[in-house]
Amino acid sequence: MDTSTPEDAELQAQFDATVAADQRIEPRDWMPEGYRRTLIRQIAQHAHSEIMGMQPEGNWILRAPSLRRKAILLAKVQDEAGHGLYLYAAAETLGVDRDDLTQRLVDSRQKYSSIFNYPALSYADIGVIGWFVDGAAICNQVPLCRCSYGPYARAMIRICKEESFHQRQGYELLLAMVNGTDAQREMVQESVNRWWWPSLMMFGPPDGDSPNSQQSMAWGIKRHTNDELRQRFVDMTVPQAEVLGVTLPDPQLRWNPDRGAHDYGEPDWAEFKAVLAGSGPANAQRLAHRRRAHENGAWVREAARVHAEKQAARKEVAA
Amino acid sequence: MIPADDAPAAAEPAAGETPAAARRGWPLYEVFVRGKRGLNHVHVGSIHAADDEMALHNARDVYTRRNEGVSIWVVRADHIAASSPSEKDPFFAPSADKIYRHPTFYAIPDEVPHL
Amino acid sequence: MSPHAEEEDATNAYQSLSETAGIDDPRWAFGSGFEDVEAEIEAPLPAGVDAADLAEYCLMLGDDALVCAQRIAEWVSNAPELEEEVALANTALDLLGQARVLLSRAGHVEGAGRDEDALAYLRSEAQYRNVALAERGDDLDFGVAIARLLVFTTWRLALMSRLLDSRDPVVAAVAAKAVKELTYHREHAARWAVRLGDGTDESHRRMQAGLEAVWPFVEELFRTTDVERRLVAVGVAVDPADTRAEVDAVLDQVLAAATLTRPDRAPMGLLGGRGGRQGVHTEALGHVLATMQSLARAHPGATW
Repeated sequence: MDTSTPEDAELQAQFDATVAADQRIEPRDWMPEGYRRTLIRQIAQHAHSEIMGMQPEGNWILRAPSLRRKAILLAKVQDEAGHGLYLYAAAETLGVDRDDLTQRLVDSRQKYSSIFNYPALSYADIGVIGWFVDGAAICNQVPLCRCSYGPYARAMIRICKEESFHQRQGYELLLAMVNGTDAQREMVQESVNRWWWPSLMMFGPPDGDSPNSQQSMAWGIKRHTNDELRQRFVDMTVPQAEVLGVTLPDPQLRWNPDRGAHDYGEPDWAEFKAVLAGSGPANAQRLAHRRRAHENGAWVREAARVHAEKQAARKEVAA
Repeated sequence: MIPADDAPAAAEPAAGETPAAARRGWPLYEVFVRGKRGLNHVHVGSIHAADDEMALHNARDVYTRRNEGVSIWVVRADHIAASSPSEKDPFFAPSADKIYRHPTFYAIPDEVPHL
Repeated sequence: MSPHAEEEDATNAYQSLSETAGIDDPRWAFGSGFEDVEAEIEAPLPAGVDAADLAEYCLMLGDDALVCAQRIAEWVSNAPELEEEVALANTALDLLGQARVLLSRAGHVEGAGRDEDALAYLRSEAQYRNVALAERGDDLDFGVAIARLLVFTTWRLALMSRLLDSRDPVVAAVAAKAVKELTYHREHAARWAVRLGDGTDESHRRMQAGLEAVWPFVEELFRTTDVERRLVAVGVAVDPADTRAEVDAVLDQVLAAATLTRPDRAPMGLLGGRGGRQGVHTEALGHVLATMQSLARAHPGATW
């Protein structure tokens, strides 16, 4: 920590007391540089994830199989743009700007959730993404509504509310599909098979392998360990899978009465690391898409800026 | 959602470190909404916009469902004067190397002159 | 699941704002926003109105909105800025909502048991009744997209504001909602046209090029079909030719503010006297429908 002077030590003590008392740190408060940098990284990556997450689902908007499903999906992907906006705004209170963060994303200098480096190959994926990915996001995010950094916590309150709506929508689509034709039921099972393990990986590596966690928990910007959240997700999902009549693709998955929780198999952490390192099925495509959209919009953003300057100058002349 | 991958922390930019040449984005606006009659306007977040009118439009699109009855204020973030919660603290003395101590948590866009 | 049950805090002003009665609280963006229009759709046919004519008219207005919404939705994850992402999606959602009610009404009036999805997904190009402007692609060029949106919403607002008193209660109800929505869309498009026209040299050139690209499709907007003529006589429809003066005036005003020039382009001609309203479309519509209908058609009898 940067406690190089007596003043710093005093400020650090105040900061620690605020966090310990479960009070919120606000943008203009003193904060340790490590806290600020960690928050910027976490919030920015969270924002990037929302924006990149628009792509796999956006892939199906034009082909949604009913007008109602089209409207639901369009509204959901729009929500993700909104979530990205809220989160970039929270990051900006820490003294970075959104253009800079966007540049870091398209230059591969900041990450986004690896789950979006998997392709959405069937319409069942739209339901399964809602059920698993949004479900996992809720496990991750609900505790962050009480995160020590005020702007982040407030953004999470609204985001969580909408995510739970998304998860219900996804599950409802799957219910309709498993009650439909054989082809639809097969589509759901096939999608579950593809998304289950990557969804478990969303919680990050096992606790023993997660070096940054301890500090983040002390700072109140992470409130549960990766394994705790993963367990919560598994326990929440198993009974939902039973209602749908789908099989989760893990032969080791069973209730353990001694632990009062489900035992489950080990995700393929080699795959996790490979996807993280850039060689997932869709990494290159996702980044290229985002970069292209950003670059194609440059002339539009510039035009609006120049027009605003012209208008301001005219106003000045008129005054 | 959060990329809970514990990816190694690439060096994050220090505040204000943005390379000026590349960053010519729209200014940041803070958004205040009066949810219903009888309530104060409350800060709900921020958006980027090229001018005031676009800011109102964007705020309405992002933060309300374009509800006619809702009143929205937008104000450029760099026009807000704000106190620092710890400024009465006798130990607090801004120093040039700790940017977050300065009233600059709203980055000032490059194109704003005279600031 | 109630994700923020543990977050109640009476002193949090932000939170008191976010407390809402339900998912669809109109103060907030994002949510389903679907209204139940079932009761209106079943409304009886107004006296003296031919059912086939009314069904056809609802298809015209509905297909315009559906095909245009599909085109706008191509912009998802491709918009020039995040705020614009949200704005374009709102516009597409509004038009899609109008289309759903109008197609449902068409199916009900037709009386052959077709619902909105049967009409949207199981008709061929020749059975679609939209104008060509709606199906015009933009190749993700924002200049073309804004030009199309400006002309389309200006014209549709002029139509809808004349349909507020339609004797068909569903057409009138759609018009009431659509006038508010389209006023906003037109404003949005007009402001962008001005920013781009009076922005940089490049944006001026590209906005002008966008106008040139959509201009050949303008003439069709004012052609009156026999169906419309008959429905005007019984107080259900509006003669699109009557909207021309208003559309011209609005566009002239926007173009002047944007320092743009009204294009001088030959209108796209008819094929054997027939155009979009008679089911003769540009080549573009086949691709729009091939994409839109592919999944639904691959699973006959499925429910989603």
